[in-house]
Amino acid sequence: MTATTVATTPGTGRDKGTPLLDIRDLHVGFVTQNGIVPALNGVSLTIMPGETVAIVGESGSGKSTAAHAIIDLLPGTGKVTSGRILFDGQDLAATSGKAFDKIRGNLIGFVPQDPMSNLNPVWNIGFQVEETLVANGRAKRGKDVKAKAITVLKEAGLADAEIRLKQYPHQFSGGMKQRVLIGIGLSSRPKLLIADEPTSALDVTVQRVILDHLATLTGDSGTAVLFITHDLGLAAERAEKLVVMYKGKIVESGPSLEILQNPQHPYTKRLVAAAPSLASRRIQGSHRERAALDQVVPDAAASRVTAAPVITVEKLTKVFQINTGKLRSQPFTAVDDVSFSIPKGTTMALVGESGSGKSTVAKLILKLESATSGSVTVGGKDINKVSGRELLALRRQMQPVFQDPFGSLDPLYNIGSTIAEPLVTHRVGSKKERHARVLELLDQVALPTTLIDRYPNELSGGQRQRIAIARALALKPEILILDEAVSALDVLVQAQILALLTELQSELDLTYLFITHDLAVVRLVADHVSVMRQGRIVEASSTDEVFDSPREEYTKELLAAIPGTGIQLGV
Amino acid sequence: MPSNAPLSPTHFVAPLDETPLVAVDKVQVAAKPSNLYLDAWRDMRRRPLFYVSGVIVLLVIVVALFPTLFTQLDPRACALSFSNQGPSAGHPLGYTKQGCDVYARIIFGTRTSLSVGIIVTLLVTVIGIIIGALSGYYGRWIDAVLSRIGDIFFAIPYILAAIVIMSVVAREARSILVLSLAIGIFAWPSTARVLRGQILSVKNSDFVMSAAALGVSHFRILLRHVLPNSIAPVIVITTIGLAGAIVAEATLSFLGIGLPPDVMSWGKDISQAQGDLRNNPMTLIYPSIALSVAVLSFILMGEVLRDALDPKARARR
Repeated sequence: MTATTVATTPGTGRDKGTPLLDIRDLHVGFVTQNGIVPALNGVSLTIMPGETVAIVGESGSGKSTAAHAIIDLLPGTGKVTSGRILFDGQDLAATSGKAFDKIRGNLIGFVPQDPMSNLNPVWNIGFQVEETLVANGRAKRGKDVKAKAITVLKEAGLADAEIRLKQYPHQFSGGMKQRVLIGIGLSSRPKLLIADEPTSALDVTVQRVILDHLATLTGDSGTAVLFITHDLGLAAERAEKLVVMYKGKIVESGPSLEILQNPQHPYTKRLVAAAPSLASRRIQGSHRERAALDQVVPDAAASRVTAAPVITVEKLTKVFQINTGKLRSQPFTAVDDVSFSIPKGTTMALVGESGSGKSTVAKLILKLESATSGSVTVGGKDINKVSGRELLALRRQMQPVFQDPFGSLDPLYNIGSTIAEPLVTHRVGSKKERHARVLELLDQVALPTTLIDRYPNELSGGQRQRIAIARALALKPEILILDEAVSALDVLVQAQILALLTELQSELDLTYLFITHDLAVVRLVADHVSVMRQGRIVEASSTDEVFDSPREEYTKELLAAIPGTGIQLGV
Repeated sequence: MPSNAPLSPTHFVAPLDETPLVAVDKVQVAAKPSNLYLDAWRDMRRRPLFYVSGVIVLLVIVVALFPTLFTQLDPRACALSFSNQGPSAGHPLGYTKQGCDVYARIIFGTRTSLSVGIIVTLLVTVIGIIIGALSGYYGRWIDAVLSRIGDIFFAIPYILAAIVIMSVVAREARSILVLSLAIGIFAWPSTARVLRGQILSVKNSDFVMSAAALGVSHFRILLRHVLPNSIAPVIVITTIGLAGAIVAEATLSFLGIGLPPDVMSWGKDISQAQGDLRNNPMTLIYPSIALSVAVLSFILMGEVLRDALDPKARARR
């Protein structure tokens, strides 16, 4: 496997001497009942001192396993079966226990994926920062450590560090928690920082600020960074070198820009083609090929806009009563005077960061929550004024697809009964007719009909979302409410589902309300965009207008925060 | 064509045949359909403990249903002339103080234990499921009221409550059914609590919201989606609870406030034998063994179910 060794980086003006991290033919497997399941099959990569390298891959590609193997944090069943991990000349694969404690944290820092669960909620922030400092021998207990902890938080970019030290994790936002974790990771001036999807749980604008800050910090101290990410755009923007992983192997590695502009391996080509942040055109229906992306059909979008609206939302407002303890509650306006309408056969994207109220709008339209004031008109009827049979009829016209592919299907219903449930509920057809319809729907979402007696746990996230779409389509609705329907999927699968949705739209003349936090995806599917912030729509326009000439400062900020927007593909 | 541009020397590309491309999101399923309960069933059948406890449970049931298959003797035909005699031909476990056949009494006592166990379990499960499901699913004031009622019942140990109830009930009115009611009426809150907790976590799933958006009624959602996904831990505690009910019956019978004199029960036999613990300990030990084996088999069955129904526990092995 010597062929897979990436040579050191000549011509970049860096120290051409020894690499900081040199992984050679690393094999990692997980011990299960049925023997060892390999997760990494001969991974070799090098990181020079001060260099930023990103590992990109879909879930299950082994990118996190590689990172965890380096710092000996593999879960209990994981084992390095062969290969070497040379860090500063020391073989980490052969090091363990006490000896490793000196390296982890001290020489190699780690920023975990989920800031929400990686700080202990029962200890204050100060304690957790101080604990790391003491454990890494950076400070002695007492006054010294307190002063150092304040420096760490200040460096992490938190104002009022003295007060923050006494606060608990629940008093911090996600972005602030991630700052703390980055501060902890860098507190001992490690030579290498491993950041495992450090910002995938955060809003894009927060993500940008945090990554900028991380780059400044590591740049100043000359720390090498290993990014683990699923986002090709982000990787290319932040790292000098890209490593693309697929099925536990490295399929391509090299300078970031070159890989993006001139991908060689077919898998990398796929990834580049599918990355939503890099593509620029709406997917057109009736073309299953991704090549359709490049065809511009300006007339189609224009003609669709003129059609009569199917959904009209007027002055929609939802006020929640938030318990503040002691039997008191406070009103909180989640949706504030929101109005829009969606013409038939078009897609309107409702974009916003977490907490903007976009999902509440979906629930209000679906009548899963009742509005405080305002109206939602679907097909000429105000949904707040109907009930009983009429409401049931209205529900047939409008179906949702939710975000979480692992929660949106009942695990005890097989695929056939899941898709047939709408038909049974609305008493459509005989048993035989329903069966035929289920087969037809499976075919429509491009899944084999043999899945009919299978259960959801046997399917991947993308396949489950297809089933959810099939269920939503069973009653031949006119409107689909897609609430973050593709947000949890890998890019390739996401591209596939988006293509499917576009295809179905042109085939069945569907109207979509596409709710998402991801502006990059919006460009691929939407005709219109409404940007929501704190319950209000701040900007609403056609997709092209929003992307080409945004009016609001907030929209501009959102657009600039899409990772990889500045990169010219040149393909 | 950019693809013809020279690659920089550090640009590495793996040969395609090393990691052949698979179609994006290809459907790959196992040979057989699987869901939580199917997997649990397959998992159980691989475990020796399942067969051990299963055989004993089955044996207990068969003995309770058809005691005459196991002994031809009449357990009530006692003669004082045999009092405390040791084992003899046809009487493998000897005689009690009253001169009754120990083996026959154990065989016929099985039905009592199992009946109480099953009736109590049914009662506890039905009340527990109804109250737990309603308070977990509907929440708000229904939950507040039902949960406080549960707390009141939970605060009183069910064994103590059963002792109080049974000592109030007139001697003539005592029967297996009354005894079971006395035990069951205070034992349901734990079932209700476990189910309520499960339902709270299941009812916010997206699939519940999808069903609601379809227009499926609340009650139907509870029945068809929420309950089946929350019931697994109830199955486990029900099995273990059955063992508890058998013990409770033995306890009350031992205390002499359980069953009427004409009903045979292991607890009563143990109670009557305690006076002769020194000179004839076996009359106490044999029914105790029967009680332990029956109780243990149900507890082991519960353990097997718990491991099988918890996918995380399965992954750990």
